[in-house]
Amino acid sequence: MSFPWAKHYEPKNPVMQWVDSRLPLPRFVYNAVGAGYPVPRNLNYWWNFGVLAGVALVCQLITGIVLAMHFHSSAAGAFESVNVGIMRDVNAGWFLRFAHANGASMFFVVIYIHMFRGLYYGSYKAPREMVWLLGVVIFLLLMATAFMGYVLPWGQMSFWGAQVITGFFSAIPVAGDWIRVWLLGGYAPDDAALNRFFSLHYLLPFVIAGAVILHIWALHIPGSSNPTGVEVKGEQDTVPFHPYYTAKDGLGVVVFLILFSVLIFFAPDYLGHPDNYIPANPLSTPAHIVPEWYFWPFYAILRAFTADFILPAKLWGVLAMFGSILLLFFLPWLDKSPVRSGAYRPMYKVAFWVLVFDVLVLGYCGGSPAEPLYVIVSQIAAAYYFAHFLIIVPIISSIETPKPLPGSITEAVLAKTGA
Amino acid sequence: MTSLFIKSIKFLVGGAFIVVLLIALYGSVRGVIKEPPAETAEHAMHKHPEELKLASDGPFGKFDRAQLQRGFLVYKDVCSTCHSLNLVSFRNLKDLGYSEAEVKKIAKDWGTKQPVFDEKGGTWGERDNVPSDRFPKVYYPGTGTPPDLSLITKARHDGAAYVHSLLTGYDKKPSAEALAKFPEFAKTPDGMHFNPYFANLNIAMPPPLTQDGQVQYSDGTRATVDQMSKDVSAFLVWTAEPTLETRRQAGFAVLGFLIFAAFLTYGAYRSVWAGVKH
Amino acid sequence: MAIEADLAGPENPRRRDYLQYAAVSVAAVGAGVVVLPLVNSMNPSADVLAQSTTEVDLSKIEPGMAIKTSFRKQPLFVRNLTPAEIAAADAVPVSSLRDPQTLEQRTAKDHTNWLITLGVCTHLGCVPLGAGEGENRGPFGGYFCPCHGSAYDTAGRIRQGPAPKNLEVPKYNINGAIAVVG
Repeated sequence: MSFPWAKHYEPKNPVMQWVDSRLPLPRFVYNAVGAGYPVPRNLNYWWNFGVLAGVALVCQLITGIVLAMHFHSSAAGAFESVNVGIMRDVNAGWFLRFAHANGASMFFVVIYIHMFRGLYYGSYKAPREMVWLLGVVIFLLLMATAFMGYVLPWGQMSFWGAQVITGFFSAIPVAGDWIRVWLLGGYAPDDAALNRFFSLHYLLPFVIAGAVILHIWALHIPGSSNPTGVEVKGEQDTVPFHPYYTAKDGLGVVVFLILFSVLIFFAPDYLGHPDNYIPANPLSTPAHIVPEWYFWPFYAILRAFTADFILPAKLWGVLAMFGSILLLFFLPWLDKSPVRSGAYRPMYKVAFWVLVFDVLVLGYCGGSPAEPLYVIVSQIAAAYYFAHFLIIVPIISSIETPKPLPGSITEAVLAKTGA
Repeated sequence: MTSLFIKSIKFLVGGAFIVVLLIALYGSVRGVIKEPPAETAEHAMHKHPEELKLASDGPFGKFDRAQLQRGFLVYKDVCSTCHSLNLVSFRNLKDLGYSEAEVKKIAKDWGTKQPVFDEKGGTWGERDNVPSDRFPKVYYPGTGTPPDLSLITKARHDGAAYVHSLLTGYDKKPSAEALAKFPEFAKTPDGMHFNPYFANLNIAMPPPLTQDGQVQYSDGTRATVDQMSKDVSAFLVWTAEPTLETRRQAGFAVLGFLIFAAFLTYGAYRSVWAGVKH
Repeated sequence: MAIEADLAGPENPRRRDYLQYAAVSVAAVGAGVVVLPLVNSMNPSADVLAQSTTEVDLSKIEPGMAIKTSFRKQPLFVRNLTPAEIAAADAVPVSSLRDPQTLEQRTAKDHTNWLITLGVCTHLGCVPLGAGEGENRGPFGGYFCPCHGSAYDTAGRIRQGPAPKNLEVPKYNINGAIAVVG
């Protein structure tokens, strides 16, 4: 579907005409990210992050494919192939490795901003539920891919991360221990686990790419949302994606690459953990094991459950950690407010910013050692996290009086620019 | 009735997690009040590494090749007895300013040899090192497991500063106040040595650098214990990332290009949107 | 449409186009430069390039014998030519050869009896026969590649079959009874 005023693809070049009439791929691209896709004219910079996530995915795919050419996936050789082969001997290998490791961080920065943008502007609401659901699927796939990628250099954090994360599955009643052994192909992470993680780490990004195509397809059915949350009413509300948003996204991509380059070239180990420069040692656990920063909020939720209550604490922790992500699948039906944008929802806006703060606190606690103070703070913050999605937002959506909405996107734009 | 249940399921699920968290919270708070966490010996005695300034610090930093060579001498004469440098190859030493012939000689004269397996005889022998060999593994029979030093400045918080403080920190004894709380530290266990910069406080490594002039420097630098530990720390920064300088040089070129591109894309963005209110 | 009305402002279209073309060109240059390290990373790495020289002990190779060893992961043939084989190689008119070279050009000075070549057929890279004991040395008494029938003479020169060039002679020095290849 598209708006009736969307431009039609009419190739002037005879070669393109020939191709288009036999395989309408040029038309497809034109309608997806070209002049044939009308987009609300009032998108702000927060709308850049979808394209940036795509750029991050492509960077990871390219550096990853080349790195895989130099990686040895064996418990005996993985650490050396990364820290000697790739980092010292392969031409520009250090660049590939740092770009890939920091690319994962950049990917998560972008994805988190993209998700919070969706939360603030109600982008998950009808008719865009499917876009949101596919987005949560992509997020889950991304987390799995990132985790398995972190295991590959076979440092101490790789090894103990694999040990701890597969340990989640042993919380499952009855079959848990068997599932864990099955996942690892042994009783502890070793060659079998490393090889299957490598295989899946190579596979999943392509699954992500497929899910991204579905995500964009689902987006093109209703068209992009916008900061007012008011649907497009007519042609004056939109501009063609190309050249308007290609130009704006181009600027966004360059700014993204500047920050990315600062990390790669001047602080490549800043977001990493020193212990991963120690080869995996199955007989000695590091004093403080923490996952990569992008898992910290979820790690804090996991560790917040310290009391047995009907179910064992360990099972509660694992349920809550997965639950904290899975509840996002239900968000379109938890928030019943007809108003999309947080800008017109005074109570939701407050709740949103408290949630942002809450997740930052959870992240901070998740990255800190499991000392009583941090555990107490994460227990409060985790309780608020669940309260936000399952109690506060549903209640707000029925009691809140939204501010008056503008009549149309154009009206809002003209009011803002004072014309 | 059913629809009421479906409507309230979110509150039930949310409530369940919150109740369990509050029970856990009650337990943690009670635990802290009843039994405030005791101060640990590490907390009382562990010291953060002292600041160390090296030529390679900062985005414009460059290795001081003379210092790296001195640091290599310290590694060769002192550390290499117990610690390997297995991720580094002899040929890499050319980066420090050694000539091809010097590298060949260093490799040939290296105390630990390369093990060779004789396929026909089924026995292990050894041969001299050549430049393409990595520094050989060191097998240490005593207490403790001396870690490989190739990546040590990346594998410890505060990297080089940690190495320098650890090497010069053996004479710092626990304060009387701390000893009163933890009397077991009055006597260090046999075969161990107190060092406030080491995570466990007692380290198996005896003080490796004990007297000035322990290593013969040929460039006129006075080989004090502090100087030797600084030099070897600088050397170990190099072993951890020999491509450090290349990385930063490439970084400046890339950033310069991207900042130029940022101005251009900003201009293009402004020109495309010129006249369109948004 | 309203947007087009907006666009019809006083903006100079030439300056606008220029900026947009410049931005796109810079992006293309950037993408091109990024490809370089990716491609370069597939070149041999430093450890492969630094692979040590190979030393061959010549004292155990009797005249008429040849051994197969390896140099940079490639087979290396070292052959001690008999005077008859040297004479046979020298008897061939150089101009009649596909890849004209004399035995002297292909061996070290004063060591014309030591024929040291890579054991890689210059046709498509098979290992020719003739270095191992009892192997078929082909019609010219040198080496014979069983894959596509290239035959080399006692100087390792191509004489028959599809191979275009003589067997490659690596750089080497002979010090007494030791040949240092590489």
